[in-house]
Amino acid sequence: MSEKEIKNLEAIFEAKIARDEKIEPKDWMPEKYRKTHIRQMSQHAHSEIVGMLPEGNWITRAPSLRRKVALLAKVQDEAGHGLYLYSATETLGISREELYEQLHSGKAKYSSIFNYPTITWADIGAIGWLVDGAAIINQVPLCSTSFGPYARAMVRVCKEESFHQRQGYEIMLTLANGTPEQKEMAQDALNRWWWPSLMMFGPTDDMSTHTEQSMKWKLKRKTNDELRQQFIDQTVPQANILGLSIPDSDLKWNEERGHYDFGPINWDEFWQVVKGHGPCNKERLQTRVDAWEEGEWVRDAAMAYAEKKAERKVKQAG
Amino acid sequence: MSENKNNKKNWPLWEVFVRSKNGLEHRHFGSLHAADAEMALENARDVYTRRNEGVSIWVVESKNITASNPKDNGELFEPATDKVYRHPTFYDLPDEVKHM
Ligand SMILES: [Fe+2]
Ligand SMILES: [Fe+2]
Repeated sequence: MSEKEIKNLEAIFEAKIARDEKIEPKDWMPEKYRKTHIRQMSQHAHSEIVGMLPEGNWITRAPSLRRKVALLAKVQDEAGHGLYLYSATETLGISREELYEQLHSGKAKYSSIFNYPTITWADIGAIGWLVDGAAIINQVPLCSTSFGPYARAMVRVCKEESFHQRQGYEIMLTLANGTPEQKEMAQDALNRWWWPSLMMFGPTDDMSTHTEQSMKWKLKRKTNDELRQQFIDQTVPQANILGLSIPDSDLKWNEERGHYDFGPINWDEFWQVVKGHGPCNKERLQTRVDAWEEGEWVRDAAMAYAEKKAERKVKQAG
Repeated sequence: MSENKNNKKNWPLWEVFVRSKNGLEHRHFGSLHAADAEMALENARDVYTRRNEGVSIWVVESKNITASNPKDNGELFEPATDKVYRHPTFYDLPDEVKHM
C-alpha cells in the first residue's frame, strides 16, 4: 500500500471513531492502534490476574464463612475479568502464549497497586473499597471505548465490580464499628492503601505522555487528574461515614473549586514500584510463573486426553 | 491449533454463545481456551455465566467459523441498499386505505 493510500485509510478510520462507530477486529486499523490496544488491554488483563494474589492470600483465613464465600466469589470474578480481556486482546492477532510470555518475562506491566502486601484482614476491606473503587472510575469510561471487543468486555466487567466495592466497604464498616483494636486495624489499612490508590490513576496530566492520542481513540475520556479528583471527592464522605480519617493533612474542601484539595503524591515511590522495586514485585511475578509452570503437566494431560478421545471417536465411526 | 516453544500443542480457542433466556437467540459472549468441547462448555459456564446469565450454552472451535471480510462489505451489502422496492414504503397508496 502506498503512503498516500494509508493516509487516506487513516483519515476514514479516525472519522469513523469520531462518529462513535466501533472498530471490530477484522476492520482495517493503523498499526499504532493495534499495538496500543494490545499493550493496554493485555496490561489490563495481567492486572486482573495478578490482582487475585494479594486477596487470595486471605481466602483461607477469612473471619467467617460469609466473608469467605464473598471473597472467593470476588477473586473468581477477577479471574473472569482477566479471561474476558485476554480473549478480547487475542482478536488483535496475538496468542495467549505470547501474552503470558510477556507477563512472565517482566516485559509487560500490570497495575502497581498489586505490588503492595496484604498484611491484615482489614487490607481486604481496604482493597475492595479503595482499589476496586478506583478501578471502577478508570473502567466505566472504557465501556464506550472505540474497540468493540474491549468495550464489550468492559461492560461485563463493570457490572461485576460494584459487588466488589460494596463487600470491601462492608468489611471496613464492620471493623470501624468493632473493638478499638479492630477500628485501629481498619485505620491502619486505610493509611497504607490511600496513597497507592491515588497513584492508580497514573502520573499527573503534565507528566502523562499519550493522553491526546488516547482521548481520540476513546481509551480515555477524562484525564488522570480529573479521574483522581473524582475518586477523592467521592471517597472522602465514605471515609467520614466509617469514622476513619484519610492520611492527608492537606485534605480540605475547597468551596471555590467545588472539590477537595489534597496533598502532594510521592511520585518517587510510584516510579520505584513501576520499575520493579515495590514491596512485592518479585514475589507476585514468581507466584505467577510458578503457577504457570507447575500447571503445565495438567494442560498437557488434558490435551493428550482430548486427542485420545477424538481418535477413539474416529475409530468407532470407521 | 498453535504450538508452543516446546512444540507442545496449546489448548485451542473456542467461541462461546449463550442464550440468556428461552425465547431469545444464542448470542456471542466471547471466547476461551479449552482442550476439548466438553471442557470448553464447563469453562464457559464458569467464565461467562456466574450470575445466571444463561440457560443454554453453545461452544464452537474458532477455526470452524468462516467470517466475511470487511473489505468485501461493498459487494456483499451495498446491493441491498439499492433495492428500495423491498420495503413497504416504496409503494404509493391513497391515505384512505387502512390496515395496510
Ligand atoms: Fe476486576
Ligand atoms: Fe474487582
